[in-house]
Amino acid sequence: MSVPRYWREEKSRYRLMGEECIKCSAKYYPKTPVCDCGSTEFKPYKLAETGRVQSWTVIRNAPLGYERFTPYVVALIELDDGVHILSQVVDVEPEAVKTGIKVEYAFRKVTEDGQAGLLQYGYKFRPVVE
Amino acid sequence: MRKVAVAGIGFTKVGEPWERNIKELFAEAALGALKDAAHTEIDQLYVANMMGAHLQGQIGMGAMMAEAIGRPGLPAVRIEAGQASGGVAFNEGVKSVASGLSDWVLVGGVEKMSDLLPESVTTALVGVEDQEYTAYTGVTKTGLSAILHRLYSHEYGATPEEIGWFAARSHDNAVGVAHAQYAFKLSIERVMTSPMEADPIRMMECAAVADGAAAILLGPAEKETTGIEVAASTVATDHLSLASRKHPLILEAVKKAAAKAYEIAKVKPKDIDVLEVTDDTTIDGVLSLEDLGFAEKGRGAKMVAQGATARTGEIPTNNFGGLKARGNPIGATGLYQIAETVIQLRGKAGANQIPDAKIGLAQSMAGVGSTCSVSILRRV
Repeated sequence: MSVPRYWREEKSRYRLMGEECIKCSAKYYPKTPVCDCGSTEFKPYKLAETGRVQSWTVIRNAPLGYERFTPYVVALIELDDGVHILSQVVDVEPEAVKTGIKVEYAFRKVTEDGQAGLLQYGYKFRPVVE
Repeated sequence: MRKVAVAGIGFTKVGEPWERNIKELFAEAALGALKDAAHTEIDQLYVANMMGAHLQGQIGMGAMMAEAIGRPGLPAVRIEAGQASGGVAFNEGVKSVASGLSDWVLVGGVEKMSDLLPESVTTALVGVEDQEYTAYTGVTKTGLSAILHRLYSHEYGATPEEIGWFAARSHDNAVGVAHAQYAFKLSIERVMTSPMEADPIRMMECAAVADGAAAILLGPAEKETTGIEVAASTVATDHLSLASRKHPLILEAVKKAAAKAYEIAKVKPKDIDVLEVTDDTTIDGVLSLEDLGFAEKGRGAKMVAQGATARTGEIPTNNFGGLKARGNPIGATGLYQIAETVIQLRGKAGANQIPDAKIGLAQSMAGVGSTCSVSILRRV
């Protein structure tokens, strides 16, 4: 992973920053150059930090760089503002994850490039403890 | 536009031939198609391949394969559209002949996955997703299908076993198929007791790592009179991420490519005699069946479990084992599907023959539906 490639996604990964179309108010995460409505004008949009698990899986055979985290949960989450996001769900045993559970944003290490490479941070979600 | 016909087909046995490289695999399929056509003329070569750049570090496969088949100098290019590469390359070939720019177009696909360890293949397969926001989560292609699987059960009340039947049905059709990777039956009990791969998807619901190559020689119908015409060939795309789609359980690319293909071919799903769909995992097969118009939304799994897609059912599907049992050498898969459809329409499928098959449809899909190609072939 090159440093600029990591750096340019920092804001959206660390702070859940997406964009909102100025014309039709569609919200994008991640941001996109052209809205489905054809507009190219956007303003920054901060995603909601809580939402609910819509569906999920448990990854048991991971891609390179993720092997030592298995088994881990990846979920499709509907945030409270209606935006959907794909994220790991952590701080929970896979067996305890259920459709509809409430989750919140958590800042975490995501992967690392070998022993001497970049440590990559970003979002994961975790169950909300009421 | 000119009508396009299939002049010849060729393919290798799907498996893990460690002693053979991508050039040898490709050449066997390509020369097979030329031999089948009793024909040597080629004006254009398309090479379908998804992961050579990752698995072999190989790009520039157009020129490489032209040389491998003894035709250096041919115009040749590699077509990559993820797991739909084969179907999309076929579409390019059809357009090339239909336009009149080429007469004889060889479309060949190849993938060699057994060169690397599973985690490297898993990484290459998820290459079709957005690397910064999808692959970044550590999800796999199977994991994304698993998210759809759970959602499907939740929305429509289908049981995991009903969905799992897709794998058992595919295996039923692979028995005795010489080119199939796994030419044996697989009981629903064995599917449902196999280990979890990405919950709720089990290992025996997933196509495995495979090597193989398949090729189709296309020509203008006015010069090619072997009797199998391309009635339609279409491609459509969708938002890459499940998170960006309005209804994740509706594969819009499949719906769009299918609707356009039916319109061009002037047929309806009920007119299709033989069907090849993308069952990379069981749920991919179920959703494809629905969005191609062969099952009502939410009813596909039940239909499969009840036998509608079996050889004697109302829509015989994956008649040589599908991705699960014939095997899924990615870049070649879409072309295996088309070649198998041709075999059915020629009436040469032996024990696998669907009686009087006249119209066939093959659907090739990337990822969880980001690209879809639909090909309709017709015996004339």
